[in-house]
Amino acid sequence: MRTAMPNRLTPYMFMVPAVVIMAIALMYPLGYMIWGSFRDWNPSQTIGEAEFVGLKNYITLWNDPNFHESLGVTLRFAFFVVSIEMVIGVGLALLLDRDIRGISVLRTMFILPMMIAPVVVGLMWRYMYHPTVGTFNRFLESVGLPRVDWLGDHALMSVIIADIWQWTPFIFILALAALQSLPRSALEAARIDGATAWQQIVHIKLPLMMPVLIVTALLRLIDAFKVLEVILVMTEGGPGLSTEILALRISRTATEFRELGVAAAMSNYLLMLLLALTVAMFVFNRWQEARAARLTAAVQEET
Amino acid sequence: MPTIRLENLVKRYGNVEVLHGINLEMADNEFTVLVGPSGCGKSTTLRMIAGLEDVSDGEIFVDDKPVSHLEPKQRDLAMVFQDYALYPHMNVAQNISFALRLAKRPKSEINAKVREVADMVGLTDFLARKPGALSGGQRQRVAMARALAKDSGIFLFDEPLSNLDAKLRGQMRAELALMSQRVEKNMIYVTHDQIEAMTLADRIVVMHGGHIQQQGTPEELFKKPVNKFVAGFMGMPPMNFLDGEIHDRAGAIHVVGEGFDILLEGEKAATAKAHSAKDVTLGIRPSDLRFEENANPEQSLQLDVQVSEYVGAQSVLLCRCGPARVMVEVNSESPVALGQSLTFAVNSAGVHLFDRKNENAL
Repeated sequence: MRTAMPNRLTPYMFMVPAVVIMAIALMYPLGYMIWGSFRDWNPSQTIGEAEFVGLKNYITLWNDPNFHESLGVTLRFAFFVVSIEMVIGVGLALLLDRDIRGISVLRTMFILPMMIAPVVVGLMWRYMYHPTVGTFNRFLESVGLPRVDWLGDHALMSVIIADIWQWTPFIFILALAALQSLPRSALEAARIDGATAWQQIVHIKLPLMMPVLIVTALLRLIDAFKVLEVILVMTEGGPGLSTEILALRISRTATEFRELGVAAAMSNYLLMLLLALTVAMFVFNRWQEARAARLTAAVQEET
Repeated sequence: MPTIRLENLVKRYGNVEVLHGINLEMADNEFTVLVGPSGCGKSTTLRMIAGLEDVSDGEIFVDDKPVSHLEPKQRDLAMVFQDYALYPHMNVAQNISFALRLAKRPKSEINAKVREVADMVGLTDFLARKPGALSGGQRQRVAMARALAKDSGIFLFDEPLSNLDAKLRGQMRAELALMSQRVEKNMIYVTHDQIEAMTLADRIVVMHGGHIQQQGTPEELFKKPVNKFVAGFMGMPPMNFLDGEIHDRAGAIHVVGEGFDILLEGEKAATAKAHSAKDVTLGIRPSDLRFEENANPEQSLQLDVQVSEYVGAQSVLLCRCGPARVMVEVNSESPVALGQSLTFAVNSAGVHLFDRKNENAL
C-alpha cells in the first residue's frame, strides 16, 4: 500500500494565517517603532515627513544623565521588588502548603490583589499614603509616632511596597503549585532520614522548586521593568526623578515633550534589556534540557 | 536489635476505621512480611510504625518503649519506598549519605560508609549519577543502599519490588533474601505478592479488611490456613473450592457435592464428624490432584478439562466439576486432551474443609 507523498509546502500553508496575523499585529508596530527611533519625529508629522537622524537619538540618550537616573531607578525598583516578592511569596507558599480547614478560601484571598486593575491599586495606595488623611499616617499618629512622608522622601520605597503588595501573590501561587507537585515520598524519606522541617526546606523543597522559581523570577523581572500605571497614579515619577522608571519616562517623552523618535529609541533600549533577560531564561531552559538529555544518553550507552 | 510490638493498633480516617486493633509482636532479627490484597491496611500499618501516619488508637512499642508520639527520625528505622523516593537533585552518593550528613558525622566516616554500602549493592560505578540517569533496578538499589547506610535496627520495606518488571523482581528478591541473611536487622516487609511473602519471610502476617487473618511461618500458612481467605490467598495457582455437604454413612464420613463424593480419612473425618454444620467448602490445592485413570472413585474428582495452560514442565488445566472451576497442576507429558472427562486422584493429606457460613477452617 502506498501513501500519497504530501506536498512539501503543505505545512507552511497551514502556518500562513498565523504568520500573517503575527506580521500585522506584532512585526509592523515593532518595525514602525524601530524605524521611528532613527528620526527626529514630532507627533504632528507623519513618519515620512520626519527627518532621518541616524543614531542621534540613541547617542543623546546614552549621554543623558536623566535617562541614566531613570534607568537606575528602574533597575533598583526591579531588583528590590523581585527579590522581596520572591522571599515573601515562597515563604508564604512554604507556610501554607498544608491541609488546614478553610485553606482554599485563604489562598483565594491571597491572590485577590493580583486581580485588581493597576490604576485602582495606584489610587488606593495614594490615598493610604496621603500625608495627613492617609491610613498609614493616621495610624502612626494614633499610636504616638511621627508622620512619614511616604510619597515624598520615601517615594521609591512606598512604590516598591505597593508593587510587592500586588505581585507577591503571583509568586505565591506559582511556588505553591511547584511545592504541591513535589514527590511526597521523597519528603517522607527525608523525614525518616532525620531531616527537620527546616532541613527539608533547605535540602529538598527549595532545590526541587528551583527551576520553577527561576522562571517565575525572570517573568516578574520582565514585568517589573515595564510597570507604569501604579507609579503614574501614585507619584507621576516624582518627587524629582526619584520614581521615574523607564516606562514612565517613555510615556512622558512621547506625550509631554513630543519627541516620538527619542521615546522610540528609549523603548528600544528597554526592549534590548528585556530581550537579554528573555534570552537568558531561554538559555537556562535549554541548558537544563541538554544536561538531562546528556545524562540519559550516557545511561543508554552503557545498558 | 530492637523488638517491635503493636498493641491494639487502630487507624481512623475521619469516621472510617481502616485498621481494627492490630496486635503483633516481631521477634529479634526476624523478617516479617505483611501480606494482603490492596486496601487491607498493611501499608498503613507499616507507615504507622515508621511514624508517617498518626496512630488513632493503641500503641507501638520499640524495645518496650512507646513510640507513637515520636517523630520518624527518633525511631531508629530506615525505610525503602515503593517508588524509591530518591532525592532527584542529589547524585547517588549524596542520596546514600543524606542521613549521615544530617547527623553531622565526620566526612571520613561518611565516605567509608557510602563506599561500603555502594559496594554491597553493586553501585560503586554509579556514585556520581543522578537518579534520573539510572534504570529502575539501579534506583531500587540506591533506595536499598540509602536505608542500609543509616545503620538503624529496624528496616521497613513498602512494596519495594512492585515497580520492577517480572525478571528483575525475581533477581532483586533473591538479592534481598541474601542481604537479609547478612545484615542483622528487624525487617518488616509489605507486599501484595504472596510469592515474595513465601520466599522472603521468616514469618508471614496475612491481613484482610483491616484485620490480621493469620500469622505464622510460610509453611504453616500454606499447610494449615485458618480460613478460606488465607487458603485462597497463599499459593499459586490458588486453592480450588468446592461446595458440599458432610454425609455420615454408617460411620464413614463423606463430603458430597455436585460431581464429587469423597471419603474423609483419619483426623479429617473426626473433625468433620464433630462439627455441627453440614454445609462445608472443600478446598484442594491444584498440586494435590493427580491424573490417575483408575483411581478409587471415593478418593478422586471427575473433571471436564476445558483449557490447558502450558508453562513448561508443568501444565495447569482449567477444568469444571459441576458448577465449580477447578485447576489442576499436571506434568506436561500427561496424555490430556481438551474436552475430555478425566479422573484425578485427591491427595488425602491435602484436603481442607471450611465452614461455609463463617469460612473458618474446621
